[in-house]
Amino acid sequence: MYALVDCNNFYVSCERVFQPRFVGVPGVVLSNNDGCLISRSDEAKALGLKMGEPFHKVRPFLEQHGVWVRSSNYALYGDMSRRVVEVLSLFTPEVEVYSIDEAFLNLAGLRYAAPDLVQYATEIQRTVAQHVGIPTCVGVAPSKTLAKLANRLARKLPETQPRVWVLDTEAKQQDALRRMPIEDVWGIGRRYALKLRDNGIGTAAELAAMPEPWVRRHMGGVVGVRLWRELHGHSCLSFDPQECDEEGQLVSIGASKRSLTHSRSFGKPLCEHRLLREAVATFVARAAEKLRQQGSAAHVLTVLLGTDKYAPTAGPSTHTTVVTLASASDDTSELTQAALHGLQELARPGVSYHKAGVVLSGLEPATQRQMGLFTKSPELLAQSSKLMAALDTLNARYGRQTVRYAVAADRDPVWQGRSAFRSPRYTTHWPDIWKVN
Amino acid sequence: MSEVVYFELAEDALPLELPLMACPVPAGFPSPADGYSDQTLDLHRYLFERPASTFLAQVTGDSMLGAGINPDDFIVVNRAITPVDGHIVVAVVEGEHTVKRLRQENGRMWLEAANERYPALELPDDYRFEIWGVVTHVIHPFMKKKTPVAAWANQPRKWSPS
Repeated sequence: MYALVDCNNFYVSCERVFQPRFVGVPGVVLSNNDGCLISRSDEAKALGLKMGEPFHKVRPFLEQHGVWVRSSNYALYGDMSRRVVEVLSLFTPEVEVYSIDEAFLNLAGLRYAAPDLVQYATEIQRTVAQHVGIPTCVGVAPSKTLAKLANRLARKLPETQPRVWVLDTEAKQQDALRRMPIEDVWGIGRRYALKLRDNGIGTAAELAAMPEPWVRRHMGGVVGVRLWRELHGHSCLSFDPQECDEEGQLVSIGASKRSLTHSRSFGKPLCEHRLLREAVATFVARAAEKLRQQGSAAHVLTVLLGTDKYAPTAGPSTHTTVVTLASASDDTSELTQAALHGLQELARPGVSYHKAGVVLSGLEPATQRQMGLFTKSPELLAQSSKLMAALDTLNARYGRQTVRYAVAADRDPVWQGRSAFRSPRYTTHWPDIWKVN
Repeated sequence: MSEVVYFELAEDALPLELPLMACPVPAGFPSPADGYSDQTLDLHRYLFERPASTFLAQVTGDSMLGAGINPDDFIVVNRAITPVDGHIVVAVVEGEHTVKRLRQENGRMWLEAANERYPALELPDDYRFEIWGVVTHVIHPFMKKKTPVAAWANQPRKWSPS
């Protein structure tokens, strides 16, 4: 059996742990750069506020209804997420972090320790609420897809009772499948749902009732069959433990990522070449740090620049250029040079950019690098890795960007994204520490 | 004269981890510290027995002076402990966090300050309050630093040649 534990309105709930005034009052958290709503309290949902609505559009409405507003505070959410996962691992050693606010628990082997699954799931929920202060919904079922489905049903329960839904019998599974519209099934996208509806399949139960050969033919072969079997309660999806990094992005534990991205929207559009260089160099430094953390070196570096998404001008809003390195590198100075070279080609004079980013790909283990004829000698490589290790140690100890290449930015660059309403980093930053009277 | 004694060792014994000696083995006198090698003491593990449910807070008021909690002290707050009579707790009263001593007697419950300038706060049954966590330790410096503790670690510092 699998349990899916999903934190309710996670970012809003994190803010509430340290700000009791926010409890019971409508509130929202904004995306990076204060762009749009990414987390809403139940009260805010009841006011009709939608996910992803642009902040500047709904701002008067928020003020009128006394809705509190926070910029996203990933330092806080990351720390709270880590705490939730740590509490979950008191219940089973196998915890798969699926996103910053959801985790699967493998309950196999707990048949005797937890004969009553409803009671066990309620206990998980109660413990997370007490130890970390975050409300959750728990769905339990024999497959991950069904656990996800059970979780959706648990979410519909009133707050006054444990929001727990267990699909431990055939009858309960059938009932849940009948209640689930096809577009709400995990792994079925919006476009696919439309296609299925055209075929007269409107619920999960109707999909489960189709014969397996039909599924194999019409739903992308083995992928579809896997989903179909999951709906029948046969576990087919593998368990892949992950954890969230400090920006809420998922990193697989064990398996390394195949590409690393660091990109940000600017607080205001940038035109000046010097500032674009500064931003790109800063993002390279972060990406290179992550690269070294997972012990990889990159062959390929992509620079991306984004113009205004909402501008009326024709053409795409994201522009990229790819730089291939002579040999894979994890050295910030080499990667910075490559990125600045790419930027030189990409950036058009007189154009304002809203966003920039760097993607490192073509990754290989740093220790098994393919040598090139005209690349660094082993002695130089050893020197570079020593320098990078020293750089990472200093920055880990004294704060990010304490030691940096001169082209990169200081800590509060002019292009930094807006976060006008960010709460203090209560649990991770000494000057911001939580104050109690 | 030195005497060498051989001991029999079981071949398939459990793996035995030997402590790494802190100093090179000398030919002359052995270091008096050898054999006493140990890990360093980890204060974090002592204070944060349950790291996932333990939070650090800084106290701003003087209502708990009598309990040894001064303004600016750090308190360690554990949410995993079930509060009982006599515990110092962080409670939520009227939308604010406050440190007080929890008292329970004959079904009555109240929050008590450790400073006579603050009256006790009775908590009737219908009063909406919540115990946020139990205070397990206080960290009180006897020497005031000019800057808050370890704030330097997070602050950018300008280097200038003197």
